[in-house]
Amino acid sequence: MITGAEIMVKCLQAEGVDTVFGYPGATICPFYDALYDSDLHHVLVRQEQNAAHAASGYARARMKPGVCVATSGPGATNLITGIATAHMDSIPMIAITGQVRSDLLGSDSFQEADITGACEPFTKHTYLVKQTEDLPRIFKEAFHIAATGRPGPVLIDIPMDIQTNSIESFEYPETVDIKGYKPNIKGHSVQVKKAAELIKNAKRPIIVSGGGVLSSGAKLKLQKFAENTQIPILSTMMGIGVIPSDHPLYLGMLGTHGRRCANKALHETDLAIVCGARLGDRAIAAPDQMGNTTKIIHIDIDPAEIGKNVKVDIPIVGDMNNVLKNLIDEIGDYKVKDEWDAEIKDLKAHYQNKITTFDGYVEPRTLIGNLSSMLKAKAILCADVGQNQIWCANNFRIREGRFFTTGGMGTMGYSIPAAIGAKLGLKKRDVVVVCGDGSFQMGMNELSTIVQENLNIKIIVMRNYRLGMVRELQDHNYNCRHAATILNDVPDIVALAKAYGIDSAEVSSNEDAEQYINKIVESDKPFVLVCRVHPDTPSIL
Amino acid sequence: MKYTLSILVENQAGVLSKISGMFSRRGFNIDSLAVGVTNDPTVSRITVVTDCDEHMVEQIEKQLNKVIPVIKVRRLVEGEFISRELSLIKVHCPQAKRFEIIKIAEMNHANVVDVSNSTITLEYCETAEKTETLIDLLKPYGIREMVQTGTVAIDKGKAGIRV
Ligand SMILES: Cc1ncc(C[n+]2csc(CCOP(=O)(O)OP(=O)(O)O)c2C)c(N)n1
Ligand SMILES: [Mg+2]
Repeated sequence: MITGAEIMVKCLQAEGVDTVFGYPGATICPFYDALYDSDLHHVLVRQEQNAAHAASGYARARMKPGVCVATSGPGATNLITGIATAHMDSIPMIAITGQVRSDLLGSDSFQEADITGACEPFTKHTYLVKQTEDLPRIFKEAFHIAATGRPGPVLIDIPMDIQTNSIESFEYPETVDIKGYKPNIKGHSVQVKKAAELIKNAKRPIIVSGGGVLSSGAKLKLQKFAENTQIPILSTMMGIGVIPSDHPLYLGMLGTHGRRCANKALHETDLAIVCGARLGDRAIAAPDQMGNTTKIIHIDIDPAEIGKNVKVDIPIVGDMNNVLKNLIDEIGDYKVKDEWDAEIKDLKAHYQNKITTFDGYVEPRTLIGNLSSMLKAKAILCADVGQNQIWCANNFRIREGRFFTTGGMGTMGYSIPAAIGAKLGLKKRDVVVVCGDGSFQMGMNELSTIVQENLNIKIIVMRNYRLGMVRELQDHNYNCRHAATILNDVPDIVALAKAYGIDSAEVSSNEDAEQYINKIVESDKPFVLVCRVHPDTPSIL
Repeated sequence: MKYTLSILVENQAGVLSKISGMFSRRGFNIDSLAVGVTNDPTVSRITVVTDCDEHMVEQIEKQLNKVIPVIKVRRLVEGEFISRELSLIKVHCPQAKRFEIIKIAEMNHANVVDVSNSTITLEYCETAEKTETLIDLLKPYGIREMVQTGTVAIDKGKAGIRV
């Protein structure tokens, strides 16, 4: 005989899970009790939202679903922001929640919350388990749904009695058969041919690359496609890292907070090849931002994204790897026209950023620009939300590493827990957090997790004593009325970090900051570096 | 324009709320919705009538296909399907008017299913348009109460939706 809780552990093991992030409570105790005897590594976060963010960081690092666990009621509702963030960012995740006993369901019993109902809009699918026998099938399906097609979170809500009941034996299904879920990964060959024709006839083509290129592992294919054809690349925020930032074909991030040369190029292009990007309102505020004669090829695994935000001439539904491979073959040795090449070079040169500095403060864009060279080539940078995020997105010179941030949801407090997940997923990588002083205070409870797990994570806090990005918005749109965007000077972040047992220092010049960074990257201990930033430092130029 | 969608779904708890939630969350309009099991007891069939433009109905179809328990979605082609809705219409009917109302019922192929001193209840199974016509004819007598199912629809001839 085997209990439901033991089955849950076995299912996770069968899926090759080695780490889960969670926080216990009464209704998930049977599972934790079974976990206690297993070799699965459980990471005790300090708030459930961070279990989901950590699972997200882990998922992005390992390119497979991250797992988070919470108890029923408040534990489950605390997870929601993290689940919703993963949903908007298309991150594969399994969220497991305890639930009150089946016979109490629907009676508003203690710590009962309709979490499957609440998470409906924020998940790819949800399960409320009705009998212990169903657990293996449901876990198998959940992992399959989370990881295939367009990735996303799947929630499994498991009443306590389902965890404690026993059944005869455990058998993990080898295959799944979900009638209504068969993602199309091939990419229609006729469409690919048409796309190739359009590209060959374009005068000023451009590639717009999103997170889908990274999550499908098609980064190198995209680079090859671009290099073969010499078509320049823009990326969305989620797509940063599809190509090294210093690559001659890379023009930077597009959109509201993007680089001007990127937006300008988008305006000039006559053919946008959109790869794994949904072109949300932050990327393309209005569809007419592109010329109205601009043609669009849209490649995505999710047919519902094609034609949703912008009108598309050639839709191609399929896995990015397959489609790009076929497109590369189909296009042969075509290269973009020299005039466009020259125009792009001009654009890049013309829109060089000129940065104004403030004496006695760290200039964050310059610091971020130099950060990459102080780290190993494969470093992972986790950026939070706010001006700090934009500084990172536009200035971090990514090489072979990764850039983790929440572009879809923009959830403050993401970076520290995401870094925890990333580090536990890829222990040998340099993992660095850049956050604001506001967002730091939304994630700082996880400093104790960092210490408990003995993680070498370096945290750079951009201390402008402001909710900088909102304050900037108030400067532009609300007549400089800074309602509720001024942070006071507590806590003393250096003292706070030290209270957690993490070494820390505050700096107010780029020289000092770089000196510290060069020193701390040598150590295998975590560090919090507080950089004083002038509140008038803009997000972009 | 009105579009009629046939949706095959897995016959399990919570599916209807997943679908109706998706409609309301994305601001898609529902004119009518009917659900019932099919000849395969593991599969239910939902008929949705929606009033929108071509772009929107495409979005609806795509989003429906993303709901995991949705097996298949089919947009029925105008003029090439049969649709019906069932109505029970209770009309104010003093004895003096009874004959007149029965005559209207007969002419429209509605059935009289209940009669009292002051009311008469008709059962009508027809398309939404014909139902509207009948209701217009009955309105002058005073409709006391009325209940309707959503539209159900099926392709004419060999065409259809299968798992
Ligand atoms: C959870 C959450 N609450 C509110 C916001 C709105 N918001 C966006 S940026 C920002 C300010 C962030 O301040 P800080 O972390 O100090 O970063 P800065 O902009 O100063 O670099 C706020 C409040 C948000 N994105 N997420
Ligand atoms: Mg700040």
